[in-house]
Amino acid sequence: MKRSITRLLMAPSVILLLVWMIVPLSMTIYFSTIRYNLLYPGQNNFVGLMNFEFFMTDPGFLPAIFNTLTLLLSVLIITVVLGVALSALIDKPFFGRSIVRVLLISPFFIMPTVNALIWKNMMMNPVYGVFAWISQTLGFEPIDWLSDFPLGSVIMMVSWQWLPFAILVFVTALQSQDTEQKEAAAMDGATSWDIFRYLTIPHLARPIAVVVMIETIFLLAIFAEIFVSTGGGPGYDSTNLAYLIYNQALLQYDVGVASAGGLFAVILANIVAFFLIRAVGKNLTV
Amino acid sequence: MTLNQQRKFKTLIIGFFSWLVACLLFFPIFWMFITSFKTELQAISIPPTLFFEPTLDNFSIVQERSDYLKHAMNSVVTSFGATIIALIIGVPAAYSMAFSPTKRTKDILLWMLSTKMLPAVGVLVPIYILFRDNGLLDSRIGLVIIFTLMNLPIIIWMLFSYFKDLPKEILEAARMDGATPWDEMMKVVLPLSIGGISSTGLLSIVLCWNEAFWSLNLTASEAAPLTAMIASYSSPEGLFWAKLSAASTLACAPIVIFGWFCQKQLVQGLTFGAVK
Repeated sequence: MKRSITRLLMAPSVILLLVWMIVPLSMTIYFSTIRYNLLYPGQNNFVGLMNFEFFMTDPGFLPAIFNTLTLLLSVLIITVVLGVALSALIDKPFFGRSIVRVLLISPFFIMPTVNALIWKNMMMNPVYGVFAWISQTLGFEPIDWLSDFPLGSVIMMVSWQWLPFAILVFVTALQSQDTEQKEAAAMDGATSWDIFRYLTIPHLARPIAVVVMIETIFLLAIFAEIFVSTGGGPGYDSTNLAYLIYNQALLQYDVGVASAGGLFAVILANIVAFFLIRAVGKNLTV
Repeated sequence: MTLNQQRKFKTLIIGFFSWLVACLLFFPIFWMFITSFKTELQAISIPPTLFFEPTLDNFSIVQERSDYLKHAMNSVVTSFGATIIALIIGVPAAYSMAFSPTKRTKDILLWMLSTKMLPAVGVLVPIYILFRDNGLLDSRIGLVIIFTLMNLPIIIWMLFSYFKDLPKEILEAARMDGATPWDEMMKVVLPLSIGGISSTGLLSIVLCWNEAFWSLNLTASEAAPLTAMIASYSSPEGLFWAKLSAASTLACAPIVIFGWFCQKQLVQGLTFGAVK
């Protein structure tokens, strides 16, 4: 193909994404340096770094960063470990495997708002929830999940949603694994564990990199689950960066501070992306 | 036990555990579905009722109160619309990167993915203001624009890895036979990659359908898709579980059933070039 045609084919995507990146980002940078509160229109003077100072000294700032990273790492570990285990479990044929697979991947199709509502009410409610009923039946005091373990509850909901995605990708990857190699290893006396450890895990290195990469993109921006279930509370216990900024912008109408917060989110995402690309980038076919 | 018996026993154990885990993971969805046919009293009874006389009242109440069909239509239009537009823009880009890569192809791809790393909250305010000033707030067109741009990087990446794995020999053969680049794309590559393109589209539709951040913040009533409709049930109706379940079931059923039918297709395409 000629160079010019190549450029022409790529142009729409590149231009659109460039605009999508640069226009809002430069507006955010601009807003972050002026006083901009929707409750006090017309007083948009330049304030330098004051918005940043204001955002950083917000009592929710450090908890939000901590919660964002905890949420990211916990969900990544849970989904990758369980995802590998479960997809290895259903790799060989057994009775009703296709139904099992459908059941396993279903949570991925449930929207985050519904996910949070089901878990918050029907599962985790301390009086009428299924969990409460189970612990009562077993003779324990029911746990008030959302107040006592707010971040843990959010981690549970988000993992439930993303585990199926990991399973989907790993199941696909396992299908392409060389069965002859496994059989040969078994002939030579390798146990199932050996085969899993020395053949399957290395085979999954790339898919794991892919899952980590894609999930990170979505997990850094978790919003709806928190919005619907805990509302960031109690206190700041389940507030992540996305939710803190939302709070600042739409509930306190302070666009300036929210924009400063937005830039923090961008910087944090870039730091994570930097480590991520160094850690898993070499495993990606780019 | 003979070796054969041993193997059968192992399969049985594996099957048992797989079913157990699958049922556990599926339970919340099952429970939501069941609860939507209960009365409000049955919904919060302890111990939970499993056998009861199903009622359809909740569904009619939901339709009456929040016009389910309108929101469902919004979801369908925005997710399919955005996916089709993103594919039209993304296929040529992925195609040219996969078949005539330059030194910078890798950088461009990583840059595209990095735009996806930009957290939505970071640009929420400017987008909100741009939308407000251009009359795009609470409009389907506005959501389609956002969804298209939001999914474009992932779509390009998936397509790129799919195109890259196509056997090069076929292309060379076509070129030898005098195929022009246009023929090559329309008659050779696209037919071969229907699988990859459709699974990319499927994933994109699912992601759009379930997108909540932008739809919660940029729509109010007219263009609100199902995700936003459900959020309106979160606080005041929090304790009316039967109605809540009915609304949730209605919101998820189309995409879950769609997903079930397409899951084979989805499984085949979700390699992201990760499988060699």
